[in-house]
Amino acid sequence: MTGASNTAMIRRGTAMSLALLVIFLAAWEWGPRCLGIPSFIIPPLSMVYTEFLRMLAVNALMFHTGITTAEVIAGFILGSLLGAFFGYMLGMSPTAEFALSPYILALQIAPKVAFAPLFILWMGFTVYPKILVAILIVFFPVMVNVLTAVRTVDPDLINLARAFKATRAQIFWKIEFPASMPPLFAGLRIGSTLAVVGVVVGELVGGNMGLGYLLAFGEGQANTPMVFVTILMLTVVGGIAYLAVILIEQRVLHYMPKRALSGF
Amino acid sequence: MSDVIRLEYRNVTMRFVEAAGQSLTAVSGVSFAVRDGEVVSLIGPSGCGKSTLLNIGSGLYAPSEGEAFVDGERVEGPNAHVAFMLQKDLLLPWRTVAENVMFGVEIQRIPLPERRKRAQALLENLGLSDFSKHYPHQLSGGMRQRVALARTLAVDPSVLLLDEPFSAVDAQTRMVLQRELAQTLKREGKTALLITHDLLEAVTLSDRVLVMSRRPGRIIDELRIDLPARDNPIARRHHARVNEYVSRLMDRLGIGPTEPAAGAVA
Ligand SMILES: Nc1ncnc2c1ncn2[C@@H]1O[C@H](COP(=O)(O)OP(=O)(O)OP(=O)(O)O)[C@@H](O)[C@H]1O
Ligand SMILES: [Mg+2]
Repeated sequence: MTGASNTAMIRRGTAMSLALLVIFLAAWEWGPRCLGIPSFIIPPLSMVYTEFLRMLAVNALMFHTGITTAEVIAGFILGSLLGAFFGYMLGMSPTAEFALSPYILALQIAPKVAFAPLFILWMGFTVYPKILVAILIVFFPVMVNVLTAVRTVDPDLINLARAFKATRAQIFWKIEFPASMPPLFAGLRIGSTLAVVGVVVGELVGGNMGLGYLLAFGEGQANTPMVFVTILMLTVVGGIAYLAVILIEQRVLHYMPKRALSGF
Repeated sequence: MSDVIRLEYRNVTMRFVEAAGQSLTAVSGVSFAVRDGEVVSLIGPSGCGKSTLLNIGSGLYAPSEGEAFVDGERVEGPNAHVAFMLQKDLLLPWRTVAENVMFGVEIQRIPLPERRKRAQALLENLGLSDFSKHYPHQLSGGMRQRVALARTLAVDPSVLLLDEPFSAVDAQTRMVLQRELAQTLKREGKTALLITHDLLEAVTLSDRVLVMSRRPGRIIDELRIDLPARDNPIARRHHARVNEYVSRLMDRLGIGPTEPAAGAVA
């Protein structure tokens, strides 16, 4: 891939993306009216925007967005740390992995969001059950990726280090840990979007805070524009979380061959 | 070259337990010694236990019977006297060229200024100075293998164990690398055991070639290479007696002109 053709590709791609955005927004504004779709099914763009301004003033939209964001951040960070920790532990101890794998598999198959009502029973209408659902849902992709990464390190690489008389700790810090970075970040990317899912389900199930609560509230009021605004805000929160992971990833994995800029 | 023995195998036998439970004898009763400054090649059919012998020498495998000695010390496990280099370069993608060269000395906790000094000198010698801050993915296969050689030399081993180090690079690059290896070994006065499938490589790079039988591998022949200029394998290629040596090795490996289909060793 030459630099010049790559730049040209990016320029053309950006232009096409922007054109698509304009077409999409126009279709959203005038499409429903042209097709005779009532506004309680698909409210046009302008109506959603008006609702957005109303929610800012009346429903403390920013407060709820802030609560959700904080829960996502807390759940994502804790879930990632726990997932990475267990991934490294199990990766280095085949016995532990063998003993725990049936339970891990069972937990992994169980739909994590189904735990939300249980956690709310335990901890009440606070932020904690939401964070807990996010932790649970972020945990697995991170743990599995780290575990696989540690397991699949080239044994010749380990032997090379051993031949230089490396200690177990040196093998971990100089080989296994850095080798696990690309899969770890792949897991974190997935985790960052799943964290939003976990938090929203928790908020939908119970409580009176967060975007998930606004979603349920809007539904109860049959206020379709409100549901639209909330979905958009959730997408923004998820997008920012994903972007943050990518920015950190690009710093940490700076040694990797340059991939396409987008990072998808 | 002195008479001090750097590497020695005494009656080494290696058995592996296979999945089915039976044991597989990879090498059987192998004895040979490599003197200080000597370069010895080991050739033999695929699966005859060459890499196994190398792993025993580097202390990664314990032999089932017999023992290996390096610098007069019995090999009980990995030790600082030997360093190996494989067909795979095993460079760490997150380390720069210089950091990769320093990998071994860093593990051995040699102080940073000394590490830097050694890496710089080796990169200089191998023509890699301009690439010391590059990452492995930015290098060609030949350059990567050169970095691997520098990493092997950086720990200043008494004995180098080389397992088909150039078999993955193209023919031209291989000749260049062979010359660089030969010059480095001569200049540093290093002792080396070279495993190869390339008979011409064995003849042009070594003082002696050992031939192994099919599994269970034994040493079935030893050929002293009486050619000048061991530090210039390219010049050696043109020597009249090279063909004679190669024919003798082919003969010992059972690759005769009557079986043209089996033209390649292994
Ligand atoms: N760790 C191991 N466990 C079980 N069997 C092994 C192990 N290492 C080697 N062997 C077996 O020992 C025999 C010799 O293997 P080795 O790798 O030493 O051969 P080689 O001469 O290096 O072959 P090649 O020329 O193909 O590299 C083979 O049959 C191989 O399957
Ligand atoms: Mg081998």
